[in-house]
Amino acid sequence: MSALTEELREKIRAEFPKYPNKRAVTLPALHIVHDALRCVSTESIREIAGLLELHPSEVHDTMSFYNFFKDEHHPLGKHRVWFCRSISCMLRGGEELLGQVCEKYNVKPGETSADGKFTLEFAECLGACEGAPCALVDEDCHMSLDVASASKLIDELK
Amino acid sequence: MPKFEPVLLARIHTPDSHKLETYQRDGGYQGLRKALDLAPADVTNLVKDSGLRGRGGAGFPCGLKWTFLPKDHPGPIYLCINADESEPGTFNNRYLMEMDPHQLIEGIAIACHAIKSNKAYLYLRFEYGLSYRRLDAAIKECYAAGLLGKNILGKGFDLDIVLHRGAAAYICGEETGLIESLEGKRAWPRIKPPFPAIEGLFRKPTIVNNVETLCCVKQIIDRGKEWFQSIGVKPDPSNPRDAGSYGPKLYTVSGHVNKPCCVELPLGVTARELIDEHAGGVWKGRKAKAVVPGGISMGFLSDKELDTPLDFNGPGKVGCLGLGTAAVVVVDDQTNMVDVLYNCARFFSHESCGQCTPCREGTNWMTRILERIRSGQGSMRDLDLLTEVASSMGIIPGTTICGLSDGAAWPVKNAIQKFRGDFEEYINSARKSVTPYPVGAH
Repeated sequence: MSALTEELREKIRAEFPKYPNKRAVTLPALHIVHDALRCVSTESIREIAGLLELHPSEVHDTMSFYNFFKDEHHPLGKHRVWFCRSISCMLRGGEELLGQVCEKYNVKPGETSADGKFTLEFAECLGACEGAPCALVDEDCHMSLDVASASKLIDELK
Repeated sequence: MPKFEPVLLARIHTPDSHKLETYQRDGGYQGLRKALDLAPADVTNLVKDSGLRGRGGAGFPCGLKWTFLPKDHPGPIYLCINADESEPGTFNNRYLMEMDPHQLIEGIAIACHAIKSNKAYLYLRFEYGLSYRRLDAAIKECYAAGLLGKNILGKGFDLDIVLHRGAAAYICGEETGLIESLEGKRAWPRIKPPFPAIEGLFRKPTIVNNVETLCCVKQIIDRGKEWFQSIGVKPDPSNPRDAGSYGPKLYTVSGHVNKPCCVELPLGVTARELIDEHAGGVWKGRKAKAVVPGGISMGFLSDKELDTPLDFNGPGKVGCLGLGTAAVVVVDDQTNMVDVLYNCARFFSHESCGQCTPCREGTNWMTRILERIRSGQGSMRDLDLLTEVASSMGIIPGTTICGLSDGAAWPVKNAIQKFRGDFEEYINSARKSVTPYPVGAH
């Protein structure tokens, strides 16, 4: 059975006209697969490579450069929550906040909660320094957090 | 000084400022209309004569960069928009993309006309979700309104803009790292020459410009080069190589201030003015100990250097690397510089792409030495060792391909030189700092 559904393949093919060659679709394809399947498995890499007419090692080389993508041994939870640890957030308690969240939910950065609801991550500067400390929940940034408001964000995840 | 009226940020408080309807109501896309009536070379000359320098960090003259493209090239020529804003403390591009995406798109279209490009790739850092949605919607509005696509405004100019999302890697902000990433490879910066203007994206002539730079291009077309040169700092007459620091600039102020902000001011404002007049002063009634002038890779100003003008030359005169992204980060007098520098060093060791040995090893060793100091095991020799490692890595000693290494070394050199007392006191007191979350996760 193939890892990629026809729908995902179609989404990847829809990127082709935007670029003069298929290799440039590597990052868009990885995003499409990673977002839908919560990881990029070895089989997915092979199938992406097939679509892009690359060797699987070329796709893997690109994928592994960006710490962003998870393999099948470390799949993402349903949501991904990033706490910024860079300078502006650190100066306003960002590292302590991340520590408190780790403790409260019993997860380390890079790990997924036991119920599979979210994967916790540290982030380097999220570019929301006017609202430090901040966190990214999937694709939305939340600013000026403390442990209470951060816990509320996590608890309200569906 | 009279209050400066923002231009780049003029529309951010307008309701629905991100939509085409309000943008056009406020006179949007008139600049593009005007530019398309001019020959490409005339637009390039206008931008060149305005003295606009790149806002992304290096400050290279924008119009001059455009002239490096080969003449009469059969094409394609590409424009890459560097929206991989990742320098810690920096968020001005995010403001521009979230609040006024059409200003950027108009700037892109004008630039593409000037450099005879029909395809622009906007490389956006992944973390900017709202920017992505706003830009995506704005680009779609433009296609529907005939402002992108074929025969734009009926003037025979074609342009497609592709929004390309990164994957959380700082190095993609380096222009050739960005190009490699766009091509679907690991973002390893290229050895130059050839520069991208000769051989860039897909081995074609390519210009890479920053978001704020392109927004300035739009304003220069609207308001003229004289307007642009009436703002900012004139060239230093004693330095024939100084191109001046003209125009408005977005400064971001964050860290230990009462009101962190993004504010548009003429180039050359001082750090003190930014902190006291725009960011509500240092928080908790404290004083500033150190101030980052333009993102952490530029190093630190000490409390005695706060009157340094933040133009393209000012920070360099007090030992910083440069203006960088004009991201000001304030550190108060209750904070230890060991912890601040550790945070900076850890960032660069996490973000080094690993291609050049001095950077890959140097950033890692500097972080480990600072970890040792923070664990209470540091010695005075470590301070000299840090300086020695920092002085041996980067373009400036000539050991690496890109400038990340210089950016990693500079805060170390500045901190040890300007705040040595902090480090010595820390080592002598055998204090310990702990990172409050599991360290194995680095």
